[in-house]
Amino acid sequence: MGGLSFDIAHLLAGALVLVSFLLLYQSRISALISAFALHAFVLALAVAWQAAIQDAPHLFVTAAIAFLFKGLVIPIVLNRMVVRLRIHRAIETVGGIGPTMLVGMGLVALAISVMLPATDLADPLTQEDLAFALAVVLLGLLMMVTRRNAVSQVIGFMSLENGLILAATGAKGMPLVVEISVAFSILIAFIVVGIFLFRIRERFDTVDVQALDRFRGERR
Amino acid sequence: MTIVLLAVLVLLIAVVIGVAGGRTRAGAVVVYMLSALAAAAILVVAFARVAAAPETIVLPLGIPWLGLRLRIDALAAFFLVVVNLGAAAASVYAIGYGQHERAPHRVVPFYPAFLAGMNLVLLADDAFAFLFGWEFMSLASWALVMAYHRDGANRHAGYVYLVMASFGTLSLLLAFGLLAGAGGGYGFDAMRTAREPAGIAFLVLVLALLGAGSKAGLVPLHVWLPLAHPAAPSHVSALMSGVMTKVAVYGFIRIMFDLVGHAPWWWGIIVLVIAAATAVLGVLYALMQHDLKRLLAYHTVENIGIIFIGLGLALAFGANGMGEAAALALTAGLFHVFNHAVFKSLLFFGAGAVLAATGARDMEHLGGLIHRMPTTALAFLVGCIAISALPPLNGFASEWLLFQAIVLGTGLPQWGLKFVVPAVGATLALSAALAAACFVKAFGITFLGRPRTPGAASAREVDPFSRGSIIAFALLCVAAGTLPGLAVDWIQPVVGSLLDGAVLRDQADMAWLTLVPVDWDRSSYNGLIVLVFVLVSALVVAAAIHRFASRRLRRSPPWDCGFPDADPATQYTAGSFAQPIRRVYGTLAFAARETVDMPRPGDTRAARFTVRIRDLVWEWLYAPIAAAVERAADALNQLQFLTIRRYLTFVFASLVVLLLVLALWRP
Amino acid sequence: MATLGGLVVQGGQMLLVLLIAPLLTGLVRRVKAMLLRRRGPSVFQPYRDIARLLRKEAIVAEGASWLFRVAPYLVFASIWVAAAMVPTFATGLVFSWAADLIAIVGLLATARFFLALAGLDVGTSFGGIGSSRDMMIATLAESAMIMIVFTLSLLAGSTQLSSIATYMLAADVGLRVSLALALFGLVMVTIAENARIPVDNPATHLELTMVHEAMVLEYSGRHLAMIELAASLKLTLYVALIGCLFAPWGMATAGEGIAAYALGVAIFLVKLCVGGVLLAVFETSIAKMRVFRVPEFLGAALMLALLAVTLLFVSRSF
Repeated sequence: MGGLSFDIAHLLAGALVLVSFLLLYQSRISALISAFALHAFVLALAVAWQAAIQDAPHLFVTAAIAFLFKGLVIPIVLNRMVVRLRIHRAIETVGGIGPTMLVGMGLVALAISVMLPATDLADPLTQEDLAFALAVVLLGLLMMVTRRNAVSQVIGFMSLENGLILAATGAKGMPLVVEISVAFSILIAFIVVGIFLFRIRERFDTVDVQALDRFRGERR
Repeated sequence: MTIVLLAVLVLLIAVVIGVAGGRTRAGAVVVYMLSALAAAAILVVAFARVAAAPETIVLPLGIPWLGLRLRIDALAAFFLVVVNLGAAAASVYAIGYGQHERAPHRVVPFYPAFLAGMNLVLLADDAFAFLFGWEFMSLASWALVMAYHRDGANRHAGYVYLVMASFGTLSLLLAFGLLAGAGGGYGFDAMRTAREPAGIAFLVLVLALLGAGSKAGLVPLHVWLPLAHPAAPSHVSALMSGVMTKVAVYGFIRIMFDLVGHAPWWWGIIVLVIAAATAVLGVLYALMQHDLKRLLAYHTVENIGIIFIGLGLALAFGANGMGEAAALALTAGLFHVFNHAVFKSLLFFGAGAVLAATGARDMEHLGGLIHRMPTTALAFLVGCIAISALPPLNGFASEWLLFQAIVLGTGLPQWGLKFVVPAVGATLALSAALAAACFVKAFGITFLGRPRTPGAASAREVDPFSRGSIIAFALLCVAAGTLPGLAVDWIQPVVGSLLDGAVLRDQADMAWLTLVPVDWDRSSYNGLIVLVFVLVSALVVAAAIHRFASRRLRRSPPWDCGFPDADPATQYTAGSFAQPIRRVYGTLAFAARETVDMPRPGDTRAARFTVRIRDLVWEWLYAPIAAAVERAADALNQLQFLTIRRYLTFVFASLVVLLLVLALWRP
Repeated sequence: MATLGGLVVQGGQMLLVLLIAPLLTGLVRRVKAMLLRRRGPSVFQPYRDIARLLRKEAIVAEGASWLFRVAPYLVFASIWVAAAMVPTFATGLVFSWAADLIAIVGLLATARFFLALAGLDVGTSFGGIGSSRDMMIATLAESAMIMIVFTLSLLAGSTQLSSIATYMLAADVGLRVSLALALFGLVMVTIAENARIPVDNPATHLELTMVHEAMVLEYSGRHLAMIELAASLKLTLYVALIGCLFAPWGMATAGEGIAAYALGVAIFLVKLCVGGVLLAVFETSIAKMRVFRVPEFLGAALMLALLAVTLLFVSRSF
């Protein structure tokens, strides 16, 4: 593994951490969804690069899933849901953005201080990638904990899962990565649908589609 | 050494003269002149002694079998220079300022006592002399704080100061007791050679931080500083802020670097964290003040934080055997000690001049003084530039050295230090930037703009003595900033004596008098070149403009976007200048809350805008402790009102208990 | 140590920066206008503006002190000296050992100090608005800048700009996470310090939106000319700094001869143009932030720079 490929893999992992901070920084839902799309793109790039240098073609499938499903489909669906259900456009946070970023910094420091000594036997690239992946997971959890809005909590969960996928691809030769990522994606899809069913039921007191049709004014 | 002792004797004689003739103007002038001469004498002697070998003397005073041990070594000589430089300038200032003194008999006798106490602390070579001098210094300064005791706020300040000073002395007493150990060797040379177990050494660190830190103003022991420093007369405030805090720093260095000596690396973390918190909180509080002297007092807290950052880094580097880095950090800290004494005294002198000329300390009642007091304003401006760490003055030089020390921190192996040192670097950068904002506010609101009250509009320039000392210190700021290499060279013997010989390279023979702490390839700073370049560029531009551009100038009313308002009350006030910063940092640092009370439409009363800032340290630490002490005192108060039978029962029970203890303890 | 040729080249750099600065401002304005489908002023319009201002009479408010009249000279001199210290077409010039990055940050802080005081000098509320907002922005921008300086000096082993540029030129730096974070942070700080959208609008005089313009509201004539030129110099400084640190290719080393210097100058001009175009595109595509969203923006820059420094403290390979 040459120096440049080392650097680019590293850079992409670091970029993922950067975009996680970007997710924490947003205060409007549409910007948050766009930032999440960026998060998924960067993950797809990182996984694809790992596939190229590890010579593991099945990882390209994972990259494609991340790009299509999380980078395109989910943001489009979320945007539509937000508009249709008229979900509150601003994100209410617990604590200001400043303290949240400070705590995020502390979490990154924690991730590094835990991972680097623990993985002493592995080569430096894997070590640092795992440290970054743990940092992404922790930042995703932080987002879920400090947001009151359901959409932002879901996005936090999805970014957490992105971090797990980064860790899985970073460790060379991990089996069933593709299967795990597909399973996680289906889990996410169900969670998203579930949340919106909950919102619909809150709003209209029913999830009966016929009743919703009546609401929309389409008489049969 | 004898000259120093004679000078201290002169100070004590001045005390007597002050008691006798303090009420008269002539008596006051004589006392201040004697103080100035004594301080100048010590200053000259100590300046030469920094590079010389230590000298000890034992006087047959005090405790019979111990005597009074006094010693001048490099560290003591350095701090003697700092202290007496401030003292000499303050005494000269006081000769002129003293004519505004309302209660001279309360100030004049205690002033030389204060100076004598500080000198005694620095000269002390055994624990008793040190503590005696420390208490003498505290009591003399307490008396000066209580000089205007009819004012309730001053009484409160004096009370808090007394409690904190006693607490500090108690901590130091315990620290020295631990250092003396079972052998009872209270002389410093015995303590130096004794080696304490790790637990005892850690206790000594904590006690030294509590004791020296309370006098220096480390958070959370800083609460007395902003109350006491402004309450005293201005020359005393300058000494308390600029010089007495340095005596506390000396105490900490003496105990930690000299008497204990061997510090594990994690002590550095404790000192760094406390110092970083002190630096940021100090400057944030300073930004919220609109009393000029309180602002300067809170700002002292920030600079003490910066000095302790240097000391903490030196501890961390020293524990890891990185001698040159430790020397750099300690040099930066000591250089900042010197610089801070100079520019903080300068600023307090200026504040005193403003107070004497206008009768007001509150910035909201000042303004436009640059027209009325031009010399004071210019010197105060130099002080503001220096304290904001702007090149080419001395504040920047010492902060530059500190930044270089932080960059060297990558060599530290421990994980804790790897995370703490960058965070400390960030807080140092943040506090430097906030300090600049603070002093734009202090200078801008006080001296610039239009006068907000008739008092400010009728100010007159102060007397020559005050002006002289202010100008002298301003020039010293410029000199120390452009020739930092010479100052660093002068400090090296101190650093070498504390760090087992590790020193920086010789700066005097660097090309163009540049400051090169580590290596030419690494980094260098030349204050002289920066100053020369800026001045030459400014002159070149001025000449070019003069030659090629229009030279006409016309005075007119201000533009103000077409809405000029003649009322000076529409200018920005101190509170409004600090408002953006309060919005950003206030909720975190001191739970700032703004409320606006708007009257309903049709109601003609004025709206009220209230800002509430709480000192969280006071509320969470001191208020509960005070409440607990009161409750305990109330409970114990019951003992005052018992009957005779109950008292007898008490005595009987104590006797029985003691006999029981004696019986049980025998085996 | 200082040969005559070396001094001439150093002087040439000082003059080059001074002459090029208004061109950069003009380029940015022209590109912004073209992106908004306007024709826009000529790229040389700032030169004409400065010449016009120099010819005019300076009008000074009645309450203004000597500080008001001296400040433009000091501001201009500080920024010019700082800008002259940034290597543009060659490293290792005669006074390059004095070009310490922290000193450059300090000189910019000095300029800002005097400008803020000048804003307070006349005693109007607009000057106060500008000064207080600018100092608030500066607290975070300057801290972020110093952390970025730390990042670079931890990598290059020095805070001297020339040494850092030489280090970046050496091929084995590679793409590092900490450098990427530092670049991100430096771009954010550049936008904040030069009063560009989204932090401040350089073309507005509305009270709610002014920061830099409010401080210099009372200036006119030759004083205003110097302050405008100083602002252009500051922008040139920052773009040259980004170019020197993150795109150092094409810079000559000292003593290589006239041809290498000429090539260096040409490449420097190209870098400036690219930087100007990118800045104009960025400014056009984003809206100005509310004043109290700026601390969040700059706080993020500070966090990124702090993260970069921490990563480098932890391991040199980050």
